Amino acid sequence: MTAGVRSAPHPSGGGLTGTPSLLRLAARRDRVLIPASAVGLAGFVALSAQATFALFPDLGSAQASMAPTLSNPALLAMYGPISSLGIDSIATFKSVLLGAVFLALLAYVVVRRHTRTEEEAGRLELLGAGVVGRRAALAAAVLLGTLAVVLTVVLTVVWAIAVGLDAAGSVALGVSWLVTGLSWIGVTAVAAQLTSSTRGTAAWSLGALAVAFLLRAVGDTAAGDSPARFLSWLSPLGWGVKVSPYGANRYWVLVLGLALYSVLVAGAFALLERRDLGAGVLPSRAGDERSSIRSAGGLTLRLARGTVVGWTIAYLVLGLVLGSIAASVETFVDSPQVADMLRAMGGDAGSIVDIYFSTELHFAAVGAAALAIALVTRMHTEETTTRAEALLATRVRRVEWAVGHVVLAVLSSAAVMVITSVVAGVVRGVATGDVGGEVGRLVGAALSTLPAVWVVLAVAVLLYGAVPRFTGLSWAALIVFLLLGEFGGLLDLPNWLVNLSPFAHLPAMPGGTIDWAPLVALVVVAGVLSGAGVAALRRRDFG
Amino acid sequence: MSTAIEVHDLRKTFGRTVALDGLDLQVATGEIHGFLGPNGAGKSTTLRILLGLLRADSGAATLLGGDPWRDVESLHRRLAYVPGDVALWPNLTGGEVIDVLARLRGGIDEKRRAAMIERFDLDPTKKGRSYSKGNRQKVALVAALSSDVELLLLDEPTSGLDPLMEAVFSDVVREFRQGGGTVLLSSHILSEVERLCDRVSIIREGRNVESGTLGELRHLARTTVGATLSRPVDATQLSMISGVSDVVVTGEHISCTVGSDDLGRLLEVLGTHGIIALTSAPPTLEELFMEQYRATPAASA
Repeated sequence: MTAGVRSAPHPSGGGLTGTPSLLRLAARRDRVLIPASAVGLAGFVALSAQATFALFPDLGSAQASMAPTLSNPALLAMYGPISSLGIDSIATFKSVLLGAVFLALLAYVVVRRHTRTEEEAGRLELLGAGVVGRRAALAAAVLLGTLAVVLTVVLTVVWAIAVGLDAAGSVALGVSWLVTGLSWIGVTAVAAQLTSSTRGTAAWSLGALAVAFLLRAVGDTAAGDSPARFLSWLSPLGWGVKVSPYGANRYWVLVLGLALYSVLVAGAFALLERRDLGAGVLPSRAGDERSSIRSAGGLTLRLARGTVVGWTIAYLVLGLVLGSIAASVETFVDSPQVADMLRAMGGDAGSIVDIYFSTELHFAAVGAAALAIALVTRMHTEETTTRAEALLATRVRRVEWAVGHVVLAVLSSAAVMVITSVVAGVVRGVATGDVGGEVGRLVGAALSTLPAVWVVLAVAVLLYGAVPRFTGLSWAALIVFLLLGEFGGLLDLPNWLVNLSPFAHLPAMPGGTIDWAPLVALVVVAGVLSGAGVAALRRRDFG
Repeated sequence: MSTAIEVHDLRKTFGRTVALDGLDLQVATGEIHGFLGPNGAGKSTTLRILLGLLRADSGAATLLGGDPWRDVESLHRRLAYVPGDVALWPNLTGGEVIDVLARLRGGIDEKRRAAMIERFDLDPTKKGRSYSKGNRQKVALVAALSSDVELLLLDEPTSGLDPLMEAVFSDVVREFRQGGGTVLLSSHILSEVERLCDRVSIIREGRNVESGTLGELRHLARTTVGATLSRPVDATQLSMISGVSDVVVTGEHISCTVGSDDLGRLLEVLGTHGIIALTSAPPTLEELFMEQYRATPAASA
């Protein structure tokens, strides 16, 4: 290969020709998604802070109400350490990190949509045949992602200051979000070059997000002198927390975010040079000539294999993390006041370790419900891509096909919960010297969360069966359930509203007692909803 | 002669769009039946109703003696379907897709599978995402032809194939008919229709416009006649002849179009004016279809 040949594809414009038009096109396609997300995220911070101010007339009552949260390591693992005991810090405790994660997801969605998704659908080829440089699509996607992140951050800072949050701290909040948002633009841009499919891009980018979250969860909950605290510094989400808005206000952390963003984006462009349109850098291997699949269920399992394996590994790691954090939980607080408070909070809850596991397993159950949704809604993807049509033109019946997906979702979500609890139980058991006992308790607790997972799964089945174009709303339902659970108390929402979430009816296990009535009710609801969904699917037009 | 597909007064609407508006279709057992019509005429909707994917609003459809909506399982063992736009699972190879679809249909004929892969020159080890459109169609065709079925439903199956593969396709479909199979072939490729089909049905706006053999359809279309005459003829005189239209007279040269039944009478009149030269062009297939596609349903009814 000669130098002349190598430089030939980019005679002018550095391969960026057409970037402005692609950017306009992409912005037009996302004209609802980006502004809605920006307003949603900014409102999430500002309105929840406002509600906190309204709820607590003075700092003392706010601190008192936050005490249980601050002493529950499970919540510290979720939200990071609180930056200070000031009212602003308390009012934004739950929204800083969670918002950063949502912003990272927005960055991921925008960049993936306009790179790998377009390429896989062949639309990039259509554009590439016009006067569009080879790098233009990636450049437009990165620019639009950056605009989306910056727009969200600016709106959030302005709105936060407007509701009375401290200005310097609000800017620090903006810095914290910038760091994570920009990082995931870079991560997704690289992931889109490495793999040759939209699913592969999702796996790499979201996998990185999960790893980053776990790293900082371990780092943030480690004891003060433990070397594990350093792990937070390995995670862009950890950086976001280290900015410590409304506390130390470390603006300089922005440098880390900008550096990672620059390196990753430059890396993505370098990778782009090394691959063909439609391909990834990682090679797509030749496969088997024959298949041993003999049933529709077998095919469903084969197609979902990657997803299920990925989640299984993630939950295995989660189990390891949960089990090891438990050791530092006991050292967190051992004052009698906290013990009193815990008893008051959990009713018959046992030890602080029990409360910790119970909280974490409920979060894990939300994740397992996400897996269930992902598996059930594959039916919708199969239908819209017309792949299911080829299958249903054989003697496979719709009901059989749908039930296969539901069974896979039920079993996989149960499996990941069992795996995470077994691993956590073993790790914890080694520390306490009672492996069998710990595993038994935790597996029991994990199983007790499944009825809520099944209700979410059933909502997805019903939506897909009855109104397939609204299948995506099952994700919205899960997010609403999560937010009701997390913010219901903080926003003082009425009980009936909070109780809409199936997760609100789960027992506090391990340590608590099981009230069977709500669990049975959840199972019945799940059965009825999914039965109705499958029945509707059987009757409607397909495709 | 028994009927493989019998459709009567089939109606289907999607919201406000009328996809099928009283469609009739008969396909005899053992024939290759061409199914033609402009884009959006309702061909794919018909096929999808026959596959039990869509439920007709009203009308009757019988497929191999069964009800396509109710008897899915028993009917689908006996038929194979190839869509026009083949979507494959990106992470399964072509060979795997062939196995899965053929096996789920009711069984693989190993000898035929191997023969078809060979004849269509298909690499079965590539992943679904790396096949071109034509190769995806080959995968679907091989999958359809690898099991033992009585009926093939083909929805524009050759739109991505090269001429070599089109020829293979024609051979394979003919062999299938020789073995007693029935084929419903939706296509836009007129040469293919002409080569393969015993009978054709043309549909437009969800209704049947014409059905018959190609000869019968040709008979319905108009022939273009041109003549040079020794004695000039009056344009109005020619237009008076029933079935003659588009008359153009330039000096001693005339041209017009005429329905097949009235050709004789036209020639009689021209004969009295001394024919020096005469050309008569029967409609090409293309003209035939253009005419049928454009015809308003009211005019053709």
